[in-house]
Amino acid sequence: MQSIVEFKNIFKTYPGVIANDDVSFNIKEQSIHAILGENGAGKSTLVKILYGHVKPDSGEILINSDLAIINSPSTAKNLGINMVFQHFSLFESLTVAENLILGMNENISLTKLKDKSKTICDKYGFNLNLNSPISSLSVGQRQSVEIVRSLLNNPKILIMDEPTSVLTPDEISKLFKIIKNLVKDGLTVIFISHKLEEIINLSDYVTIMRNGKVVSTISTQNEDPETLGYKMLGYKVSKAKQVSDNNFSQEIFNIKNLSTQSKDPFTVNLNKIDLNLIKGQIFGIAGVAGNGQKELMEILLNENDYEFSGDIFFKDLNINNLSTFQRKSLSISYVTEDRLGHSAVPEMSLSENIFLSMNHKSEFKKGYFINFKKINSFANDVIKNFKVDTPSYNVKAGKLSGGNLQKFIIGREIMSNPELLILSQPTWGIDAGSEAFIKKTIVELSQKGVSIIIISHDLDELLEVCHEIAVLYEGSLSKPLNVENINITKLGKYMGGLFD
Amino acid sequence: MVYLIRVQLREDYSNLIFYLSPLVAVVLTLFFGSFIFLILDLSPIESFKIFFISPISNSYGISELFVKATPLAIIALGLSYCFKNNIYNIGAEGQLTMGAIFGGGIGLLFNDSTSVFLLPLMILFGAIGGSFWATIPAILKTKFNTNEILTSLMLTYVALFILDYFVVGPWKDPEGYGLPKSMPFPDAGRLPVLFDGLRVHIGVYFAMIICFITYIVYNKTLFGFKLKVSGLSSKASQYAGFKYKNLIFYTFIISGACAGLAGLFEVSGPIGLLYRDISPNYGFTAIIVAFLGRLNPIGIILSSLLIALTYLGAEDAQLFLKIPSAVGFVFQGLVLFFLLGTDFLNKYRVSIE
Repeated sequence: MQSIVEFKNIFKTYPGVIANDDVSFNIKEQSIHAILGENGAGKSTLVKILYGHVKPDSGEILINSDLAIINSPSTAKNLGINMVFQHFSLFESLTVAENLILGMNENISLTKLKDKSKTICDKYGFNLNLNSPISSLSVGQRQSVEIVRSLLNNPKILIMDEPTSVLTPDEISKLFKIIKNLVKDGLTVIFISHKLEEIINLSDYVTIMRNGKVVSTISTQNEDPETLGYKMLGYKVSKAKQVSDNNFSQEIFNIKNLSTQSKDPFTVNLNKIDLNLIKGQIFGIAGVAGNGQKELMEILLNENDYEFSGDIFFKDLNINNLSTFQRKSLSISYVTEDRLGHSAVPEMSLSENIFLSMNHKSEFKKGYFINFKKINSFANDVIKNFKVDTPSYNVKAGKLSGGNLQKFIIGREIMSNPELLILSQPTWGIDAGSEAFIKKTIVELSQKGVSIIIISHDLDELLEVCHEIAVLYEGSLSKPLNVENINITKLGKYMGGLFD
Repeated sequence: MVYLIRVQLREDYSNLIFYLSPLVAVVLTLFFGSFIFLILDLSPIESFKIFFISPISNSYGISELFVKATPLAIIALGLSYCFKNNIYNIGAEGQLTMGAIFGGGIGLLFNDSTSVFLLPLMILFGAIGGSFWATIPAILKTKFNTNEILTSLMLTYVALFILDYFVVGPWKDPEGYGLPKSMPFPDAGRLPVLFDGLRVHIGVYFAMIICFITYIVYNKTLFGFKLKVSGLSSKASQYAGFKYKNLIFYTFIISGACAGLAGLFEVSGPIGLLYRDISPNYGFTAIIVAFLGRLNPIGIILSSLLIALTYLGAEDAQLFLKIPSAVGFVFQGLVLFFLLGTDFLNKYRVSIE
């Protein structure tokens, strides 16, 4: 079999990150080729380059051994490359057939299109009623619409970005059957995944990426999930550390049997999560994005009365029904994943952003009035202690760089003297200097007896600062692993959803 | 060749231009307004003189300017609480009508009273009536998640029909020759005027006091901070632990009370009784006043004067230029249109490729 796609020395950098670093590998015609990697490994960037969505800084792509210049998705489509995205782009109120015709490049009558679509559906076993509106379809059926829409363009290559993440096990096995039949009929399928077992079951080849680089491209025939998981994570260093003795074993925070049962298909349901945190401990929650991190954080913050079963205890007090405000008053502090518009308001000054999170503290209020004098001096302390680079506390938060603003927000939360600090993606998208400073601050804080939970996609970061790490996978939390003498093979298995 | 219009959010949009854009909008309105006069075969300069200058060239005119600006300013100040919070209460006209019914009703109930407490009681009931009418969309929004734009607007027509019912029914003046109007309020229920012979009344003081209080609330208090945060980012407001539903109630009640107050001032001030057309759309025009004033209390005072002038100008234009007074509404519409346009262009970069 010859190669249908050849990546040759693809480079792509974003400010501060190398997304693709000299990526070269081939994809064989009529094969199922998986691309495996952690978040930020560069998988999505690479397929977006192939689909003409992103321009590479340098490098070439050969399609059927001919140099292809893919400037836009429509050029890609003309070359026979189609893509099914993780997030669907369908018009809810239109019917299946109407959505299909909107994706067509050529002019075609609705009846002709229906005939053509029906042939495809019958041949591959898509169970679709072409006249029903999208709003009445299940998530799996919506994905089918997306796939049929791509197939109508007679593609040679179909790219699928995490196609199974929204499907039920039953729908997944159906999808796999369809994919295998499509490949039999001449299609080449490229699919992105981080689910180890799935890759071994479905694909012929897998390219493993780490930090923008290709680690290897191998046949999946002789692989098992464990070896694949190890290759995905590579060699990781962890710093041996222990929770300081004097804090040992005083439990601060417990989650018992936490589950959710949301019907929204785009949320992940949490499944019997248990977590125990002792004083001065740093507990890391690892896992690929979209495995329930958002939902867990939502429940920990309790901004929207998110429904769940189970119990949450803070120092033996059940806080299930306490609001964000009440939880903050109990000295739990939060740093959310989104800086702008969530844990800070970009249009407001740094002083005002102090009060945003500190409005439960009486020292910043005088009756119904705000004590701006106290707030300003508090803001000054945060700026000084946490080395925030800004001329004054009157500067709008949106004017600060990501790293500076994050230092300011974390500094603000730390200076509120929390007993429990919950951080989500604390160093996401910030410069290396701020990142190092924040990590150091977190470790120092834990030595003072503050308990810390870090939810992060960045495994290196967790291995560097945490005492214990557990992995969140499809809403379930693994047993915690002690970071000292951590078993990377085991961690890799956990990341791929293989818990003991 | 296909041209695509590309609209991009400006990363760093200008604060200065944000406050200057009302001026830009006014200039553009005058520029395009002059075409309207040209089409009507009138000299733009002469017309503008009649429209914008002659109405305020004597003390009577200036008094009338304040008579018109007072309800506009009071309503718009109230509305700014809602709009700052991203709640679109556009039913101020109905809340104004309810204020007039409640407060005016008190005046009719005690129509032989000479007590000094009658007027304060009417003012109180005016505010209560307005906020009562405003709590209905607030309840509907918080309990059933209905769109407050629709409910507050529709309730306006309900309020107008209720007023209609009273003035042709139970409250009709028995000596009014069958006209749809009530008896006049007793003197104790009339709003004192500031100068003899002129219609400008003590509502002006109320507008100034509300302006001052609003300024303090927006800049110094926790409540003002809550409004600002939830207007800018609802997620940040949740993070701060603010209860959005409570804010919806408070802002509706405040804006309803202001509109009700303005309605009562109209009927107990210049009008003196209840009848069908107590307000020349003050409740709707105040929406323009609030945005033109950038939801800033001092800005609202200035814009209320400008918009009040379009009312007077339209009357003079009808008289001297023989054009329909609806031209005044055309100018109000143009100002709003250009204001929204300049705001949009300030916030987004538009390019064609």
